Amino acid sequence: MSAIRTVVKGAQRRRVSTIVIVAATAMAVTATVLAGLLLAASSKPFANAFAAQHGAHLTALFDAAKTTKEQAAATASQAQQAVGPFAVTTVKAKLDDGPMQGPGIPPLKVVGRSNPGGDAIDKVTLLSGHWPAATDEIVIARTNLRLSAGTTLKLENGNTLKVVGEARSISQTAQGWMTPDGVAALGPTGWQVLYRYADAGTEAAMTTHTTALGGDVQTQSWLSVRNDAAHRTQLFVPLLSAFGLIGLALAALVIGNVTAGTIASATRRIGMMKALGLTPAQVVRACLSQALIPGMIGAVLGIVAGDLLAVPLTADVADLFGTVPMSVTPWVDAAAIVAAALVIAATAAPAAWRAARLRTVDALAVGRTPHRGRGQLAARLAARSGLPRSLSLGLAQPFTRPARLLAMLLTIGLGTTAATFAIGLASSLRLVQAADQKPETSADVLVLPGMDNRGTNTRTAIAAMPGTGSFYGRGPADIPVDGLRGAAQGTVTSGDASAAGFEMLAGRWYAEPGEAVVTTGFLTATGKHVGDTVTGAGHGPLTLVGEVFDGSANNHLYTDAASVPDLAERDFEWYVKLKPGNDRDAYLAALKSKHISAEATQAEGADGTLIILDSLTALLTALLVSVAALGVLNAVVLDSRDRVHDIGVHKSLGMTPKQTAAMVIASVGVPGLIGGVAGVPAGYLLHHWAVPAMARGAGIRLPQSTIDVYALGLLAVLALAGPALAAGSALLPAGWAARTRTAVALRTE
Amino acid sequence: MIDVVNVSRRYEGDQAALDHLSLHVAEGECLALLGPSGSGKSTLLNLIAGLDRPTEGTVTVAGIRVDRLGEASAARYRRATIGLIFQFFNLLDDLTVADNVLLPAQIAGKSAGSRKRALELLETLGIDRHADAYPGRLSGGERQRVAVARALMNRPPLLLADEPTGALDTASGAEVRKLLVDLHAEGQTIVLVTHDEVLAAAVATRTVRLVDGQVAP
Repeated sequence: MSAIRTVVKGAQRRRVSTIVIVAATAMAVTATVLAGLLLAASSKPFANAFAAQHGAHLTALFDAAKTTKEQAAATASQAQQAVGPFAVTTVKAKLDDGPMQGPGIPPLKVVGRSNPGGDAIDKVTLLSGHWPAATDEIVIARTNLRLSAGTTLKLENGNTLKVVGEARSISQTAQGWMTPDGVAALGPTGWQVLYRYADAGTEAAMTTHTTALGGDVQTQSWLSVRNDAAHRTQLFVPLLSAFGLIGLALAALVIGNVTAGTIASATRRIGMMKALGLTPAQVVRACLSQALIPGMIGAVLGIVAGDLLAVPLTADVADLFGTVPMSVTPWVDAAAIVAAALVIAATAAPAAWRAARLRTVDALAVGRTPHRGRGQLAARLAARSGLPRSLSLGLAQPFTRPARLLAMLLTIGLGTTAATFAIGLASSLRLVQAADQKPETSADVLVLPGMDNRGTNTRTAIAAMPGTGSFYGRGPADIPVDGLRGAAQGTVTSGDASAAGFEMLAGRWYAEPGEAVVTTGFLTATGKHVGDTVTGAGHGPLTLVGEVFDGSANNHLYTDAASVPDLAERDFEWYVKLKPGNDRDAYLAALKSKHISAEATQAEGADGTLIILDSLTALLTALLVSVAALGVLNAVVLDSRDRVHDIGVHKSLGMTPKQTAAMVIASVGVPGLIGGVAGVPAGYLLHHWAVPAMARGAGIRLPQSTIDVYALGLLAVLALAGPALAAGSALLPAGWAARTRTAVALRTE
Repeated sequence: MIDVVNVSRRYEGDQAALDHLSLHVAEGECLALLGPSGSGKSTLLNLIAGLDRPTEGTVTVAGIRVDRLGEASAARYRRATIGLIFQFFNLLDDLTVADNVLLPAQIAGKSAGSRKRALELLETLGIDRHADAYPGRLSGGERQRVAVARALMNRPPLLLADEPTGALDTASGAEVRKLLVDLHAEGQTIVLVTHDEVLAAAVATRTVRLVDGQVAP
């Protein structure tokens, strides 16, 4: 056996330590792979998905009543590349069973395609299930409308369609797909042609291409789809990037710490081998091998785990961005393994060089013990602290190895930062959703518009109902505004909506016709400010008296219905707050008896995006905290191994197993506390930067109440998460130290 | 004080380190265990100290069945009953001399008067000027004196010394020898493991030779 192999063999004998090294490296590399994927997925997600699907620059829908299939096909010559015409129909259906029975689902634009990826343009990605094979099968585009495979849709003519899968087109060419025969059976209402152009980068170019198709065609430019996607993407890029960067930093730190610890713990063995004739060059090679072999085994395991975890992660990210899941990306794997090797080598090389240069006698004498003199002040102070001796001994312990202490501090600090950030983010998102839903949830009863109300003067009926407290109506309206391209999305209200729960960012709610409140996006788009006046066709001047928070609209104006003449009241939804003591169910029954459709208001529950973000945040936080915990575990294992003889001495002097465990756990107390206390403000600052940045990216300004989510008590609890994480990580080595037989520990050199 | 009855200690796959050995040590006695390397001397000392357990037989010290003690009980037994002196001192380098001596009392949760007792011990042993120094700066003889002070800190009725002069030069060895003689003269019960015939002759009231884990005839 070569001398180098003898040194490396030492690692195999220290099983626990080696397992921890492999596990810590594996976890760190897993985090690296996922962080890399996050960064890759967050970088131009739309552009990447559009390129992967060979998206359509222009989607045209020709009216079948006015254009023949052949005429639609002839337009292909205008583009560099075109596919189609595909038959298109509109599916109006209700769910055949289940809780959503009755109200129906929005009409779906369904395109007949024989397979998802077979055409040269718009290679639709099948996300689940299978592509329709029969005329009564349909695949649904995955949007907020989630219809799982197996759902049956009932058509107006009584026939049914079976949902057999979900798919996504980055070009958003359809809301559903059937076989061409299936669409033919339903009766095509139009022809869809998809085009790609050599020059598609500007609005002007796309306008030219659209104009060339003629007037009787509905078109959708990829630029508008891209802009919509950008709003969604910009909301989450800072979040995912922050997690990715924390993950990379933590992984590098843990790998570096593990490597340095491995070599430090081998110094005495190296001293022995040097005494037997190992040359400095052989020492360097041995050290590198000792660090690289378990490290690279861990790295490979980490790649495998990372690739497995990437499947749900990238699916979540794709749902978040409305793109298609990234497949396992070999370059991320390769980069992660090369980065791990580089970090190991970069950390191991100086340590190996130091070991090689160390005089043999010094290596033998001090190989397993810290440099004499280090930590003496801490030990002296701890001895006089008045704490039980087992605790004070433990508290002073990490100061004998400053480099290891610093690494542990950073590891715990980053873990606490990640946890603080994640908890704050989840709270913010919930508050944003609550603020967004407040206008819906602050009332007791929602009286619906629609046919069931059959001309009833709803306002009068509600006012006449016993039990009615305050109520107001609101409905959508396109409100022309000078200076805006097209009309603003508007909401008009009837009655007093000031107490409806709209969250004001600035100014006040309007008090009379002629006043309006607008969203941040409106102010940005028009360059107006609160206090300014806007004009437009169909209404008088509107004074902007407030800026209102709206989590979904980018360009929205709210005003009294009287400000916008000619709006039919039957389009209003009425929000009713009951007088105290009135039973809501009885009130609803009374409305029903008057043929007025109404329902109890309720929070919509966490929406899909929030659920995805929650699961992503939980997954990434768990991973980062686990990496941090393993980093601490590794440091404590190395420290306990290094100090096993001292542990034996303590036990020989009467230290009980409990005291021994307490000493080991206390040894992480100081780095835990300092790391926790430092990590909390770091996480706080990261949250206060990332959340508004996410909102700004989406053109939204958030109420300060959704950002100031950290109560003092919560911050204190989070600061304690550092010591808790450290103590939890130290439990295993503490148990080992407590169980170690005194005679064995005393024999250990 | 000590009753070792029919004790054996076997390690996995190895020959017995102790083989049906019986031994009695009276209170106030100083027993020297002599024998070649591997004869079982240190193993016997470990069993008496509760650092290890016999494979069979019983070990009773001051009326306590040491062979039946769990780890926590053994630790409490050592605090109250045993003072240990090692060949290589086993002092903690990051603690001062005084803090090393104080350690057994602090581990036992004693605080009142402990520092005074530690300083008195250091003075008695002639190393009080080193109270605030770190062990690494002391000579071998001085370190062993610190170890003796630490062993006596909790006033143990039994002092166990494993090759106390084994790592010392002649002069330092003589200092430690005199120290043990003085302690025994004050009534301290001592069990001494040594190769050093001179030390055994000077300190012990009785010597027992071990060979292959048994008392030599």
